Amino acid sequence: MSEGSEVLVAHEAGRIAVRKTYKLYVGGSFPRSESGRTFAVHDAAGGFLANAALASRKDARDAVVAARKAFPAWSGATAYNRGQVLYRVAEVLEGRRAQFADEVRLAAGCTAAEAFDEVSAAVDRWVWYAGWADKIAQVRGGTNPVAGPYFNFSMPEPSGVAAVLAPQDSALLGLVSVVAPAIVSGGTCVVVASARYPLPAITLSEVLATSDVPGGVVNILTGQVTEIAPWLASHMDVNAIDVAGAPGVLADDLAVAAADNLKRVIRLPAAGWAAEPGLDRMLGYLETKTVWHPAGW
Amino acid sequence: MRFEYAPAPEARSIVTLRDSYGLFIGGSFVSGSSVFKTVSPATEEVLAEVTLGGAEDVDRAVAAARHAYERIWSAMPGRERGKYLFRIARLLAERAREFAVLETLDNGKPIREARDVDVPLASAHFFYHAGWADKLSYAGFGPSPRPLGVAGQVIPWNFPLLMLAWKVAPALACGNTVVLKPAETTPLTALLFAEVCQQADLPPGVVNILTGDGGTGRVLVAHPGIDKIAFTGSTEVGKEIARLCAVSGKRVTLELGGKAANIVFDDAPVDQAVEGIVNGIFFNQGHVCCAGSRLLVQESVAGEVLASLKRRMATLRLGDPLDKNTDIGAVNSRAQLDKITSLAASGEAEGAARWSAPCALPDRGFWFPPTVFTQVPSSSGIVREEIFGPVLTVDTFRTPAEAVEKANNTPYGLSAGVWTEKGSRILEMSSRLRAGVVWANTFNRFDPASPFGGYKESGFGREGGRHGLEAYLDVVAAADVVGGADV
Amino acid sequence: MDVTSSNASLRRFLHGLPGVDEVGARARAGALATRSVKTDAKRHALDLAISVIDLTTLEGQDTPGKVRSMCAKGRRPGYGAPPVAAVCVYPDLVPVAVAAVAGSPVKVASVATAFPSGRALLDVKLADVKSAAAAGADEIDMVIDRGAFLSGRYLEVFEEIVAVRGASGDAHLKVILETGELGPLDNVRRAAWLAMLAGADFIKTSTGKVPSAATLPVTLVMLEAVRDFGEFGGRRVGVKAAGGIRDAKDAIRYLVLVNETAGEAWLDARLFRIGASSLLNDLLMQRVRMETGRYSGPDYMTVD
Repeated sequence: MSEGSEVLVAHEAGRIAVRKTYKLYVGGSFPRSESGRTFAVHDAAGGFLANAALASRKDARDAVVAARKAFPAWSGATAYNRGQVLYRVAEVLEGRRAQFADEVRLAAGCTAAEAFDEVSAAVDRWVWYAGWADKIAQVRGGTNPVAGPYFNFSMPEPSGVAAVLAPQDSALLGLVSVVAPAIVSGGTCVVVASARYPLPAITLSEVLATSDVPGGVVNILTGQVTEIAPWLASHMDVNAIDVAGAPGVLADDLAVAAADNLKRVIRLPAAGWAAEPGLDRMLGYLETKTVWHPAGW
Repeated sequence: MRFEYAPAPEARSIVTLRDSYGLFIGGSFVSGSSVFKTVSPATEEVLAEVTLGGAEDVDRAVAAARHAYERIWSAMPGRERGKYLFRIARLLAERAREFAVLETLDNGKPIREARDVDVPLASAHFFYHAGWADKLSYAGFGPSPRPLGVAGQVIPWNFPLLMLAWKVAPALACGNTVVLKPAETTPLTALLFAEVCQQADLPPGVVNILTGDGGTGRVLVAHPGIDKIAFTGSTEVGKEIARLCAVSGKRVTLELGGKAANIVFDDAPVDQAVEGIVNGIFFNQGHVCCAGSRLLVQESVAGEVLASLKRRMATLRLGDPLDKNTDIGAVNSRAQLDKITSLAASGEAEGAARWSAPCALPDRGFWFPPTVFTQVPSSSGIVREEIFGPVLTVDTFRTPAEAVEKANNTPYGLSAGVWTEKGSRILEMSSRLRAGVVWANTFNRFDPASPFGGYKESGFGREGGRHGLEAYLDVVAAADVVGGADV
Repeated sequence: MDVTSSNASLRRFLHGLPGVDEVGARARAGALATRSVKTDAKRHALDLAISVIDLTTLEGQDTPGKVRSMCAKGRRPGYGAPPVAAVCVYPDLVPVAVAAVAGSPVKVASVATAFPSGRALLDVKLADVKSAAAAGADEIDMVIDRGAFLSGRYLEVFEEIVAVRGASGDAHLKVILETGELGPLDNVRRAAWLAMLAGADFIKTSTGKVPSAATLPVTLVMLEAVRDFGEFGGRRVGVKAAGGIRDAKDAIRYLVLVNETAGEAWLDARLFRIGASSLLNDLLMQRVRMETGRYSGPDYMTVD
């Protein structure tokens, strides 16, 4: 056992640590993969960390069902409420920074200070998105002065269920930076975690499960993006896909498959996850609805 | 003596048709390698010969647009670009009657609609966007949003000039140049628009009009010199374009099909609702992507509403599109007529009850009477597929929740209608309907300031309003600034 | 249950009628106003318009001479035009009018019930009606009590119309809703139904004495009401558009509205009237224009 994993299993002299089983997060529960498969996750030095569930296409299918089921209530919640829930996630995340920093450090092989900085940035990112929940409609919506006796307004609405392919190269900040924008406006999502860093993703799901995010709003699958993503990209009940975690050629294929039901494809230039995110990712999951009504006596 | 309206045809003499038209490339009309004919759908008479744009013509047009983009248009201050658009808006208004008559001739739509809807709205679109040209930095896309480059635009035959305006006005206002391909069956108003560009002294190459068929469009969409694709048309072709652009990385906006529900509650203002149903499905012979083709009426008033609807439909006047009293014109093409006819026949074969308004159809041309289907199996093709013709299906519902469920039960999501006098219900319905445009107590209203576009398989991107500018601006590059901590 | 058994039940009935979306009604009326009526159709429409006119003078300065002159014009408008449907005068001038139109198909209509405001005691209104009827008026144009209507005392309005109906004897009863004082079009529809339930032979838009008189949207709503009332199992009730209709173009728009709303059956003086005074001359000028192929001028039309 490597030095790093001693921390992960909370090595104490004279005590055998209780290890965690890393499972999937679907519909608010933590199931194993229906396929019964797992894959070994290693630290940066190649040491064994844990076995993660290797999600299958059927797990992806179940996750889409869970996300669809959660969509009406989550999109129907008030923006204020969603903001509160997202902020609650940041609060719980804040309290578990040490645990995340350990996981990030071990997985990425960075220094403790760097790991801690990344976790702090991830918390701050949640807070940033939480604040958008009740503001994006004002920034993106408004009244339209039409030439006639009508009151006309436009407002953003979530596209629906999104497939989110988390970036492969970031242990936590990248993950947070693609999940939060997918749900802040009322969308729900199926996340395919980084194959290299699946463990922080599952720990994040524990945070989500304990911080008022309704089950099914975020579903997290660990496994191979090459195996799962094509099923999500072609799934006719998925409305959008963020291909951040897919290599270029695969991203092309996924975008082509996504055209089958005209999914919104979010494919943004890599700018580094530490950079200010901007609105594009969040806006990629939004539709504009325009409502007309006569104005008369 | 019966009270009749005598024929009141709009004078056709205002339009001077040429025998043949070239392609409008680089500011002048040039000839191409082959030609095709465009006919009047109301009489099947050949109106003119039009050039079929080939691959080399696409090359030429894209090159002209690129040249104009780089040398002139992208560098021109927005204030000056705006003046050109204002000129175009005014020119369209000055020649409104000519455009209306030509549109009616080539498309088959009633002159009343071309005159009162298509042409004024087209002019208004240019006027609206003209004002944006020098205000883009205030539009919420960052302090200096950039144009995308050359836009390839492919438009349908249902609103030829209006769709041209929806495409060309925002593209030009944002500093892009365009290569526009009008629909195969309705090229003439786009060619007349080319003359307007000349009269406006628009710099050569800023607008290029490439007439042709689906093949021309395909070449244009795939052309490597195009930075942005804007398409309005069928969902099937839209998906093809989405696949192409997925690989090429071109920016794309798609405005595709629809199968909109028009929902009438028992407390609706019934006379206006009936007008809304009629306007929703019979406006422009139902050749409207956002047509209210599925009537959902509350069961308790279904009989009454249907009776009123049929009585009203019986007053619709079908015939010569140039007659100012015509309500229903000709179906745009034989192919479209065949499609409508076969879908209607399949509806009957599936057991739906068909009722058509009692109106005589002219001997020549392409015609289909306003038609309603009741007792339609919910799996029937006439309920699921976009017919794009004057055919309405009727279904009933019992509760608002059921109405929403039925309305949303389609892969499309372009528009929806709600008729009720209860304010809170309108707001709740508006928020639950999965559609880009919700008309409450009205239907088929359009305005340059109002964003238009769909959810789901009805496409993506918006046209019109501040939202519509985004499709023609490089907003991703500006994102860092938009989301910047100090903004 | 009879909806007129109490004010509450009448209120529930009237407020249960479908609402009217003003913008939609205006749009429909506006669309019909773009109908183009030309050549033979126009010739027919002009004569039809003349034949449904209630040629009207309702001024404080009315005199027997003025009424006689108007009646003469109504009987024989000239230029081969048909006579108007009726003349419309104040009750005291009914005898003059009756004598002046005697022997012609032209009817005599009289406004009554403390026209135009209607602000008098019921007894006074009924006396007004009876005197007009006794003097030989064929038609009585009453006004509803807008105050009672707007304060929700529908039964009172209803009962007053019933009483006037009784006092009118054999005369046809036209009930003026004075839509310019009723506010929204929903109220126009309710007032129309109220009048029809109470026995009106005609419902009429306006007195012509308030700023907003007949408009196309108001008339549209009233035409829908008579159409629906008929289909509902009631009688065929007529509609009279009065006030503000001054030229042929306007008049033809009303005919189109009637044709496409209540239907062709209503295009008859028995079911549709236009209350007007200066309109007749414009219709005649148009008629002359069509016959001679050149425009006429006011100097060639008689002043009456």
